[in-house]
Amino acid sequence: MVEQLQLSTFSSQPILGIMLTLVCYYFGIKLQQKTKSVIANPMLIATIMIIILLKIFKIPLNAYKVGGEILSFLVGPATVALAVPMCKQIEKFKDNMPAILFGTFIGALTGIVSSAGLALITKVSDSVFLSLLPKSVTTPIAMALAEKIGGIPALAAAVVAIAGITGALIGPEILHICGVQSEIAKGIAMGSASHALGTTRALQESELQGAMSSISIALVGTTTAIIAPILVAFFR
Amino acid sequence: MNYSFLIKQFAILTAVYFIGEVIAVIIDHALPGNVIGMLLMTILILRGVLKLEQVEIASSMLLDNLSLFFVPITVGIISYAEIISLELFAILFTTIVSTIIVLVITGKTVQHLLKQIKQKG
Repeated sequence: MVEQLQLSTFSSQPILGIMLTLVCYYFGIKLQQKTKSVIANPMLIATIMIIILLKIFKIPLNAYKVGGEILSFLVGPATVALAVPMCKQIEKFKDNMPAILFGTFIGALTGIVSSAGLALITKVSDSVFLSLLPKSVTTPIAMALAEKIGGIPALAAAVVAIAGITGALIGPEILHICGVQSEIAKGIAMGSASHALGTTRALQESELQGAMSSISIALVGTTTAIIAPILVAFFR
Repeated sequence: MNYSFLIKQFAILTAVYFIGEVIAVIIDHALPGNVIGMLLMTILILRGVLKLEQVEIASSMLLDNLSLFFVPITVGIISYAEIISLELFAILFTTIVSTIIVLVITGKTVQHLLKQIKQKG
């Protein structure tokens, strides 16, 4: 009876989705601060918490979405805002232009081709395949791209987070093992493979590495947005 | 502290985003509207039409909390719970291994290129 009342009262109002998202995300941030681990990713923690709460209280996804969509609208202006960190690094960009342009192009191409190859080997279904292609790029671009080529934006956002966590956790170690010593090369590799999460780790390694990684995010995103649909159309 | 100056910053950001979406429709969505907006903003700042300070604080507010805005989208994954749980291993394997491949190939290629530039110069 009580449950029925709550549902009918709040299911069409944005307050439910907004409140749930903010509270669970805040909890995620606190958990990350406590554990000091990139695995405790606030976005993934909040997502899991909300899914569990929706199941427990039998709240339909559409009721949550009413408020959720108000928050996720901000993805659009936030993507536009990505221009700001890139423009701040414009001097470092000019100093290393050939390496950055060539590196991010190779990074974007490798990202698409390697996920396509591995997804084919592991025989995933079509919509999952198309959601995996943009997994190296920053989430707002990956989601828009997944939607365009016929993937699942929600899954694209989740795999982007996993790619980011992987790079932030073991990226510098892998680059070290493979003999990459140049800070510029390391930064471009971190930004190309693991977007903003990789950049956070790259910044801890060195300022130059962080700057290179930060410039790479927007460039790899744009390059992937241009070449992924062409490759998909070509192989279809 | 009065935060009303933020209105101007958010107005600029959303206006550029809007123009990006309009261009996206005109070019038949060859690129997503948000990406076009980002490129447009880059041009406007580098050309000096907009000053960094005019959008800097609103941009940081959005980017510092970027992953919050994805939560409502990733929650939508429950609609695909069945297909994703069936293919979970393939999804994780592809994502993690591909990330490592991108790291190594990009890092190695750029390092090689930098060495060649150094030798020539």
